[in-house]
Amino acid sequence: MDNRIHQPNNLVSIRNLTFSRGDKKIFDDISLDFERGKITAIMGPSGTGKTTLLKLIGGQLYPETGSITVDGNNVHQLPRKRLYELRKRIGMLFQSGALLTDMSVYDNVAFPLREHTRLPESMIRSLVLMKLQAVGLRGAKNLSPSQLSGGMARRVALARAIALDPMMILYDEPFTGQDPISMGVLVHLIKSLNAALGLTSIIVSHDVEETSAIADYIYVIADGKVVDHGTPDAIKNSSSAWIQQFMTGAADGPVHFHYPAKDYIDDLLSTGKRY
Amino acid sequence: MQHSNTQDTLVGLFVAAGIAGLFFLALQVSNLSSFSNKASYTISANFANSGGLKVRSPVSVAGVKIGQVSAISLDPKSYQSVVTMSIDAAYNQLPDDTTASVFTAGLLGEQYVSLEPGGSDTFLKDNGKIDITQPAIILEKAIGQFLFKAAEEKK
Amino acid sequence: MIEFLQHLGNGTLTSFGKLGRGSRFLIQILSGLTDTLARPRLLVNQLYSVGVLSFMLISISGLFVGMVLGLQGYYTLSDFGAEETLGVMVAASLVRELGPVVSALLFAGRAGSALTAEIGLMKATEQLSGMEMMAIDPIKRIISPRFLAGCIAMPLLAGLFSAIGIIGGELIGSGMLGVDDGAYWSQMQAKLDFQDDIINGVLKSIAFGFVSSWIALFEGYDAIPTSEGVSRATTRTVVNSAFSILGLDFILTALMFGDN
Repeated sequence: MDNRIHQPNNLVSIRNLTFSRGDKKIFDDISLDFERGKITAIMGPSGTGKTTLLKLIGGQLYPETGSITVDGNNVHQLPRKRLYELRKRIGMLFQSGALLTDMSVYDNVAFPLREHTRLPESMIRSLVLMKLQAVGLRGAKNLSPSQLSGGMARRVALARAIALDPMMILYDEPFTGQDPISMGVLVHLIKSLNAALGLTSIIVSHDVEETSAIADYIYVIADGKVVDHGTPDAIKNSSSAWIQQFMTGAADGPVHFHYPAKDYIDDLLSTGKRY
Repeated sequence: MQHSNTQDTLVGLFVAAGIAGLFFLALQVSNLSSFSNKASYTISANFANSGGLKVRSPVSVAGVKIGQVSAISLDPKSYQSVVTMSIDAAYNQLPDDTTASVFTAGLLGEQYVSLEPGGSDTFLKDNGKIDITQPAIILEKAIGQFLFKAAEEKK
Repeated sequence: MIEFLQHLGNGTLTSFGKLGRGSRFLIQILSGLTDTLARPRLLVNQLYSVGVLSFMLISISGLFVGMVLGLQGYYTLSDFGAEETLGVMVAASLVRELGPVVSALLFAGRAGSALTAEIGLMKATEQLSGMEMMAIDPIKRIISPRFLAGCIAMPLLAGLFSAIGIIGGELIGSGMLGVDDGAYWSQMQAKLDFQDDIINGVLKSIAFGFVSSWIALFEGYDAIPTSEGVSRATTRTVVNSAFSILGLDFILTALMFGDN
């Protein structure tokens, strides 16, 4: 980790971040770096607060201790106006797509442009069609979000996320619940957009194969700590049994198949009293 | 956002209907139309007793409403009730020897001021004063007097 | 016993917390209103869904309530030979009480619950979060226009309700039961005051619109972002709005008509 901390080329750096929800510590003093122009993935089992991390980066949640710096700005010390300025340069792709249900696909993509710019409608139209073309859904511009499949909704959301030409895109579980074809489309899109638009991408995911196929660097988080980090190959060849289980998806290993319980035989033979 | 024209029209219709409803209430249902927006002038009268008269009680001549009571106060010297009335400017020909009386509409009804024009050639002006008045008839008093009289006659 | 007290204490803390969040939310809504006024387009869209879509419900209910008042009032008043004052009775009860209150209750059931469900679903599907990440303040963009539309639509709806109700009372009173039409209107006009009755009624309905829109939007915004959470929030909107409207009505009535 240390060899990355002082690189000036980090777009986002997280230092000694602690965040808890109730009594549960979601992040316990973690530090991460995200290099400019690269695709960095954050992986880990469900419930490790990966989405929370994205919300922390976007300034929607506040850490207890530690700092998050995006492009030289400490996100949580920015005044509201500057934070909003910063957010205009960050696109975020939510798991559900988060398309506005009362607008058509076209209007959804045009939405940030109409809200943040005073461009004439003809120019907005060209921009929207360009973005939709980039995700291959120009033909669907008049559909309403409810008519889209999950994968298409995410692609529209991606077109919307790049509408303002951001410097960075945060992806929240982009591959979850997709059929193999739309998964392939999304993998291809994330990779090619990152290269074509010179973006920095942060992907939060537990889909090992797809993520490691496109990521330049991977952090593995579990129980509030960074368990391992490195290039996809390095992670795959990790000596840690836990990492191996996570990457290969074995049913039993360091993480047991059974939820902690008292001895099976004892339980069966007991009188059935409730505890 | 679809900026459909039908939606605009419907919203317009809705707002117009709502405002029409409020106007209807103001003009047709309440007393707004009868006075507030018409020119009026003020006269006053002292009564020995104004009874159950209230602000906004009607003032009428020969049963026609021509104005309403605008204030009731007590004259601290004479201990009389000073009733101020605003009269519709259209009825500006009340003689200055008009008589004012407090009557009751029906047995239990509302009390009102009845004006009975006299024969004078000069008319009441704004802030004019009616000198001849007849106090409200208080039912208990009237019954008491009647019983007293009846008792005396028996003697 | 101790458990019960603990439960009670917890409940109290939770409701105070909610009141606090609600008040802060209200301040945010109010400070977002200037942006709403700068974009009347958003307001018109919301007036449509809050006002126009409640129009039929309110007018038909108003008609029936007025007709019932005409019928009931006639039977009671005719015992005292006072049928002529039917107009006063119908109009006074509608303008002072039933118009603002019943239309506010209907509004909470129709538009309020719809607002809660809409906002709750937007929260559950991360639309509000998504807007925030697009650097668009969802309170200014989504909540404030809906709030203002509620505050504008409510007095209009209540006015309609009363007006249609008074006509409904007349239809029954003079159309069916033979009350003199002139007496119906003239008694009403003599008795009802513009300031005391009409203006106060309108003020009441503005207050009800304010409170029920606030509750509906807050319940949606504060809902647990799951389908169960949203459906519970919708129920709470109707219940809490009804309580608040009736409680507020008592206070306002005491303040407005108390000194007569």
